[in-house]
Amino acid sequence: MGVSYPGVRALEFGPHLLLATLEGAVGAAVLALTALGLSLVFGVMRVVNVAHGEFYMLGAVIAWWVATAVGGHPALGFVAAVLVAPLAVGALAAAADVTVLKRVNYDPERTIVATIGILYILQQLTLMTYGPEARPVEPPFNQRIPLPWFENTGAGWELYYPWGLSTTSYKLFVIAASAGMLLAVWLFMTRSRTGLVMRATQADRDMAQTFGIPTDRVYALVFGIGCGLAALGAVLIVPIQQAHYLMGADPLLLSFIVVIIGGLGSLPGTVIAALIIGLSDGIISVFFSATLAKILATLLVAFVLVFRPQGLFGGGGRG
Amino acid sequence: MVAVTGPVLETRGLIRRFGGLTAVDDVSLSVPKGQIRALIGPNGAGKTTLVSLISGRIPPSAGRVFFEGRDVTALPAHRRIRAGMAYTFQITSVFARLSARENVRLAAHRRGSAAGRDAVETALSRTGILDRADQVAGDLAYGHQRLLEIAMGLVRAPRLLILDEPTQGLAQAEVAAFNDLIRALDTTVLLIEHNMDVVMELAQVVTVLNFGAVLAEGPPDTIRSDASVQAAYLGGA
Amino acid sequence: MIRADAPSTGRRALALHLGLVAVLLALNWVLPAYYHGNLARIMVLATFAVGFNVAFGYTGLLSLGHAMFFAAGMYGMGLTLRHLGWTPGPALVAGVLSGVALAAVAGALALRTAGVAFMIVTLMFSQAAYLTVLYFGTWTRGDEGFVIQQAERVLFGLDLSDPDLRYLAAWAIFSGATLFCLWLVQAPFGRVLVAIRENEDRATMLGYDTFARKWGALVISGGISALAGAAYGLLFGYVGATFASVQYSIFPLLYVLLGGAGTVIGPFVGTLFMFFLIDISSGITSAYMLVAGVVLVALTLFAPQGLVGELRRRLAPWLP
Repeated sequence: MGVSYPGVRALEFGPHLLLATLEGAVGAAVLALTALGLSLVFGVMRVVNVAHGEFYMLGAVIAWWVATAVGGHPALGFVAAVLVAPLAVGALAAAADVTVLKRVNYDPERTIVATIGILYILQQLTLMTYGPEARPVEPPFNQRIPLPWFENTGAGWELYYPWGLSTTSYKLFVIAASAGMLLAVWLFMTRSRTGLVMRATQADRDMAQTFGIPTDRVYALVFGIGCGLAALGAVLIVPIQQAHYLMGADPLLLSFIVVIIGGLGSLPGTVIAALIIGLSDGIISVFFSATLAKILATLLVAFVLVFRPQGLFGGGGRG
Repeated sequence: MVAVTGPVLETRGLIRRFGGLTAVDDVSLSVPKGQIRALIGPNGAGKTTLVSLISGRIPPSAGRVFFEGRDVTALPAHRRIRAGMAYTFQITSVFARLSARENVRLAAHRRGSAAGRDAVETALSRTGILDRADQVAGDLAYGHQRLLEIAMGLVRAPRLLILDEPTQGLAQAEVAAFNDLIRALDTTVLLIEHNMDVVMELAQVVTVLNFGAVLAEGPPDTIRSDASVQAAYLGGA
Repeated sequence: MIRADAPSTGRRALALHLGLVAVLLALNWVLPAYYHGNLARIMVLATFAVGFNVAFGYTGLLSLGHAMFFAAGMYGMGLTLRHLGWTPGPALVAGVLSGVALAAVAGALALRTAGVAFMIVTLMFSQAAYLTVLYFGTWTRGDEGFVIQQAERVLFGLDLSDPDLRYLAAWAIFSGATLFCLWLVQAPFGRVLVAIRENEDRATMLGYDTFARKWGALVISGGISALAGAAYGLLFGYVGATFASVQYSIFPLLYVLLGGAGTVIGPFVGTLFMFFLIDISSGITSAYMLVAGVVLVALTLFAPQGLVGELRRRLAPWLP
């Protein structure tokens, strides 16, 4: 989720780092939502959804469509997109679960092959209908907020506003909204009856079935919610980035990294890992080559799986 | 080699823990050459875990395993099989999509040589499934699949044959045929068995496990009349 | 597979595969130019699929990273040719050895995992390899890639840019790989690979070092894939990062699933069908990968054995 900063090189190291951290926090917030969706699906259903990034992309594209169709004040379109896009994507994902994943009986390997197929279908259908262009959605509000920095001028510490060091109200909103959503998902999973049913299914599918839990419906719901969370993350980011039919690849890779580092299927581990990966991705890509950062990140995932399969933050296992 | 007179199999202080549970607790066994040793005990007594430690499928938490006088504790399972052990699974696990003969050939290793081919045919005919050798293993009747497992165990003429509940699910006549087959072998056998008739008929020495530890050991008749064994089986204390 | 041990069925299988190879040779003098060129390309890609099939079809190792082996072959050949001034013969060997070396290292690490973790680890390794190609853009020229000039493509005095010679070279590589695979899967080593695929635990308890065998299978698979990659670059005169991308890990999976995993002839059948499906649809739309997606989902749902696999199940159980 690279972001570019025109003129940022003019900044000194300290302000530069602050800016990178803020940008990283925006990325981390959206990544936490997206990765939580992938983690939820893996945790409950024990399958890896390779098409997760395409559901994210669909969220952004549908947001553009809805916002364009609504017109008027940007806030109207944005609110409509926040409501419509995750629900539409969730419904589509639930349909994919019932028509495809359920029929291969959630066999782990066949599910991966099938979701690779779904990845290409969604991506290419978007290319055929939405086209190859990148299109922005206007943010509902976007005040520039300059940020202060301190400098020791010899005569004591002085507060000033360096040129280029600023954020926007919308970016702060993205961070707050994501945090709120993460809290809501956590409360839903731990406090609600539906969440309890999901966790029971996660613990032992056959046992849950014996106790009369409709595991088929639970699976469809979990897959819908998981992909819906990715779509929500995309709706939040689309006023900052742009909607494009290939935009799903990076979130997929980063979500993979987060879920594997955080321990497969562990929700708190996922959120912690998302913060670390999101922040360091933002910071590293400012100071180093983005390609090199990605090489190191992919190798990190591979080595964690090889040498520490329970994740860096997961407990137990074979240690 | 010191193997000629010493025990074929010996374990010293073998322990295996799973988390807080001690599945095998300080087991020391010594099985001399040519003996048929039965391993019995209530469900969950640690029998399968013990033979898994002996065959190397899982590593022990402590203790040592000696095979023909040689310390094999550090050897992986496949090296122990190469050294002369054979292991048949409790749950039938033949290669279901390959023919019965192909299954035995894979077990034999020496597929190219004439001696290897002879060994395969001999193992198939001793277990009485030669006329079904070209059938796909998964299509064989359950009893025949169990016999195929045993043929796969026999084909390399192992010096220690480990059988994990070989007669489970067999009909009465098949059990009798199995008894005859094992009795005719001149190899050392370690047999996990629930069917007490089979144990009484085949075993020269019986080792009883309870809660992972050796409860009693001795000839079948002694074990049958042992009060503590009866208590363990009947659930009393 | 099931009764491939009987001598008569072994001969029947050999006859079938020699027949295919002979027909493909004869087609060199028959086909119109368009199909002639495409078939050369299909045979090289089918060689890639043959390599993938050794790991996936016969050993049960579902790799999502075979593009790195294909690319190792292509760049091992292309970079030595371009920067070290090697001739095509040694460059081709360098390509194959690059793939073998990469498979040896990546395999030793990835095979510590199994199942889904193995798929992800291979995917990540391959992604790292792709990014590495981009990172060293000074030498690889990244996405843009580089062209191998006609003068550099003369192997033992044969100009491989000539359509006929190119077709025959592709034919030779494909035939070699297919007949090697036919021999391999009937040899003791190959039978043990099948045993590992069917039940790894059982194979271990028959005294086989399954890790070493799987590693061997992956090295062979990587070597064949690298040969295909090196040949592709040399025969069609272009080396580029696209061939290292995820898409080129998915293609062999697609070919093998469509043709029939664990059949010797399946990779060719799958490549042939898929190539023309994509060829036809790319004439209609730029979103031609849609076909790949639909075929993947349909295969998983309706024909997990693939075309040749279904044929074997219904009609010809003797197919190796």
